[in-house]
Amino acid sequence: MTGPQLDGLCVRDLRVTFDGFTAVDGVDLDVPPGDIRFLIGPNGAGKTTVVDAVTGLVRATGSARFGDRELLGRDVHRIARLGIGRTFQTASVFEELTVVQNLDIAAGVTRSWWTLARRRNRIPDEVVAALETIGLSDRGDQLAGTLAHGQKQWLEIGMLLVSDARLLLLDEPVAGMSHEERDATGALLETVSRDRTVVVIEHDMDFLRRFARSVTVLHAGRVLSEGTVAQVQADPRVQEVYLGVDTATEA
Amino acid sequence: MTAAPLVRTDPAAVAGTPPGGRRGRRFDGPARTAVGFALGAALLFAVAPLALSDFRLSLLAKYLCVAMVGVGIGIAWGRGGMLTLGQGVFFGLGGYAMAMHLKLADAGPGELPDFMQLYGQLDELPLWWRPFASPWIALPATVLLPMVVAFGLGSLVFRRRVRGAYFAILSQALAAAMVILLVGQQGTTGGTNGLTDIQGFFGYDLDDPVNQRMVYFIIAASLLALLALARQLFRSRYGELLVAVRDGEERVRFLGYDPAGVKLVGYVIAAGMAGLAGALFVPAVGIISPALIGIVPSIEFVIGVAVGGRATLLGPVLGAVAVAWARTALSERFPGTWTYLQGLLFVLVVAFLPGGLASLWVLARQRRSDPAGARWWRRSRPVEPAENRTEVSAA
Amino acid sequence: MTVLFGQLFTGISIGAVLLLIALGLALTFGQMNVINMAHGEFIMAGAYTTYVLQQTVTAAGWSLLVALPVAFAVAGTMGVLLEVLLIRRLYARPLDTLLVTWGVSLMLQQLARDVFGSPNVQTRAPALLTGNVSLPGGLTVANNRLFILALALAAVLALTLALRLTPLGRRIRAVVQNRDLAAVSGIPTARVDRTTFFIGSGLAGVAGVALTLLGPIGPTMGTNLIIDAFLVVVVGGIGQLKGSVIVAFALGVLQATGEYLTTLSVAKVIVFVAIVAFLQWRPQGLFTLRTRSLA
Repeated sequence: MTGPQLDGLCVRDLRVTFDGFTAVDGVDLDVPPGDIRFLIGPNGAGKTTVVDAVTGLVRATGSARFGDRELLGRDVHRIARLGIGRTFQTASVFEELTVVQNLDIAAGVTRSWWTLARRRNRIPDEVVAALETIGLSDRGDQLAGTLAHGQKQWLEIGMLLVSDARLLLLDEPVAGMSHEERDATGALLETVSRDRTVVVIEHDMDFLRRFARSVTVLHAGRVLSEGTVAQVQADPRVQEVYLGVDTATEA
Repeated sequence: MTAAPLVRTDPAAVAGTPPGGRRGRRFDGPARTAVGFALGAALLFAVAPLALSDFRLSLLAKYLCVAMVGVGIGIAWGRGGMLTLGQGVFFGLGGYAMAMHLKLADAGPGELPDFMQLYGQLDELPLWWRPFASPWIALPATVLLPMVVAFGLGSLVFRRRVRGAYFAILSQALAAAMVILLVGQQGTTGGTNGLTDIQGFFGYDLDDPVNQRMVYFIIAASLLALLALARQLFRSRYGELLVAVRDGEERVRFLGYDPAGVKLVGYVIAAGMAGLAGALFVPAVGIISPALIGIVPSIEFVIGVAVGGRATLLGPVLGAVAVAWARTALSERFPGTWTYLQGLLFVLVVAFLPGGLASLWVLARQRRSDPAGARWWRRSRPVEPAENRTEVSAA
Repeated sequence: MTVLFGQLFTGISIGAVLLLIALGLALTFGQMNVINMAHGEFIMAGAYTTYVLQQTVTAAGWSLLVALPVAFAVAGTMGVLLEVLLIRRLYARPLDTLLVTWGVSLMLQQLARDVFGSPNVQTRAPALLTGNVSLPGGLTVANNRLFILALALAAVLALTLALRLTPLGRRIRAVVQNRDLAAVSGIPTARVDRTTFFIGSGLAGVAGVALTLLGPIGPTMGTNLIIDAFLVVVVGGIGQLKGSVIVAFALGVLQATGEYLTTLSVAKVIVFVAIVAFLQWRPQGLFTLRTRSLA
């Protein structure tokens, strides 16, 4: 299930406009292979829109390359097939299907119609492995809708793992999680990043300090600052627009 | 900034939880299926023909045709979330293809069907009628023609993400257009009357009760075959994928699938089933006409499915037969009352029992085996932490 | 040239009828995303209101004038009842709303049959609206068609102004654009919904009055009209009115031209194919608000 090679994300001059309102205004972003990059910024900074643009949900100009492939201008499902996986702010699992069924669907993009027309007679190896990785081995037959909030988020990440995504774009994965769940999610990200590149949108500063390898701060659709956690925290511009306010309230 | 939920849960679909998650239930798998089909076959092939008069049996044949359309709607709507209000179109294509062949066979080689002679506008058979003289073309066409039309419409609209209510309205408009077209081309389609007074069925006289019985058996066998097909589809990986597309089309797209293709397959299969039903309806009833395939009958197909339980295997069949039977029984005696009742039934079931009568069955079964599981509807609500919950699947 | 103009006017007058019917839908479907299949029966209610009024107010001209507000109120009240009793519970399930309201429409049709009888009834048109207007170049235009066109345009104008200028209109638009935000801003969304439904359904009643000028009144008169009107809103794009206005006239002209060149039945098919083709180009309809939402 390991991707053959590790690729990075390279975004140049990305712009997204909604009816005259510029949500992303010339963003450059370099996420090296194997990074855990955190995207932070106040509400409306354009974090989710950057991810939307990279995954083909909204139209954008500029360039976004993963490895040597240009992503912009392709259909959503074609981008996904290039190894780009994402999660959403609201956990999006198929609630009427079981955990195994959810993972099996995610693992099956390349299946032939003939395979699809038959029953699954055993659980595929990569699904078993992913169940282990996300810690849901004993819940495979449970309906995804009955999982706890945190478990749904993990299931979603697991779905990206079995779909063999090599770039994971996670939109607020620990929102609404307990402390233990956050720790487990952080550990999961570290495991995952061994053979994948990870980009995380997150508001939780404590989580960021513990698990980010690098940070990009967006503000009003532009990159405000970029670097290690320490570098970014030391940046006076960041403190001004974001950290100064947010750390005080989050602490 | 919160995005719209990508995956929503349809409360109506609860009763349709696929069997994959229920392994280990005491009576499941091949044994149960075999028993189920044996029971169904016994009912349809032995009990019904023995217990019912010729007249009642031919009515049942008609209901079973409606049930076949329902099996398809169960796939497209119950599993795939595509509310198709135009199944009458496919039913009609199958029916007209069959009826055209039978009319030509009745008329004999080189002769015009009776209605064409009656209207007297034509000296020879229209070009598009000619292929239907051959059973080798007409019979496959009853199923393939609807599938081709569904493929054409489906590939256009699903690819452009026309869905939900938009799709429902478009499919209904298709039914309206088809009816107007048929009525307008009276000289070649029989107009409002349709193709009537069909005498023979591949050499068998349809007035003979023995042959009517044969038609009934063909219909019953076809229904069982469609049920077997639907069951395989529900249990296949495709069936799981179809449910995933229903509940979260965009999520499926972000996993790398093209949901348009997934939906298209379900829609085309449903169309083929409706076509077969229409084709068999013709020898059973002896007529196909615009009034049988328009907007109202199209939506009545959906009623049966909704009443029975849209996402279940047997719900659409039982619902379709029950509604059709109630209609015959009541509308004979109190025509007006039946219309009120039909409307009321629709309102009550869809609004307050979206899983159909099948959800009552699921409810009762779960209450018996696991009191906590009786709160099945809670699954579609925001979920409390799993630690605090009684295991539903342990039942 | 005369023929061309004649067809154009026929198309425009078909479009005007479509527009009158679609206008109410543009509110309930377009703005609230509720698919109300009983809308056609509200049209019927408006038409029967005209018929009943003519039994008491025998001067055809006056009864028509009185019928306009009364039909608006009757159909609007029916709409509010439907909203409060059923649709209110189904806002999260648009497809189920469609089916439920279809059940309601069945019952209303039967009610009309029981009250007024199955055969169609007819109203008398006021003398003023029965003749033709002669235009230079040998053209004649039927007065009743002109009246309907004027009525449709007046309705569009009134609705547009109401939405733009009145406090109620602002509330309606606020609820359409962001229901949650409107709610926390202190707008009583439930009451706004009810009002929107009243106006939308009331417009169906007005359309019903207009239809009495064109033909007989029957229990199923709404069924056939409603689908075309839904298509107008779908193709026009939801969330605003101008799309519906343009599309109503475009479809009317297309229908009339198709009918002239071929037959009525083929023209229907042409219109359907044109709509599917159009949706290939603009699946969200003619005008859309581009937003971040996934829908």
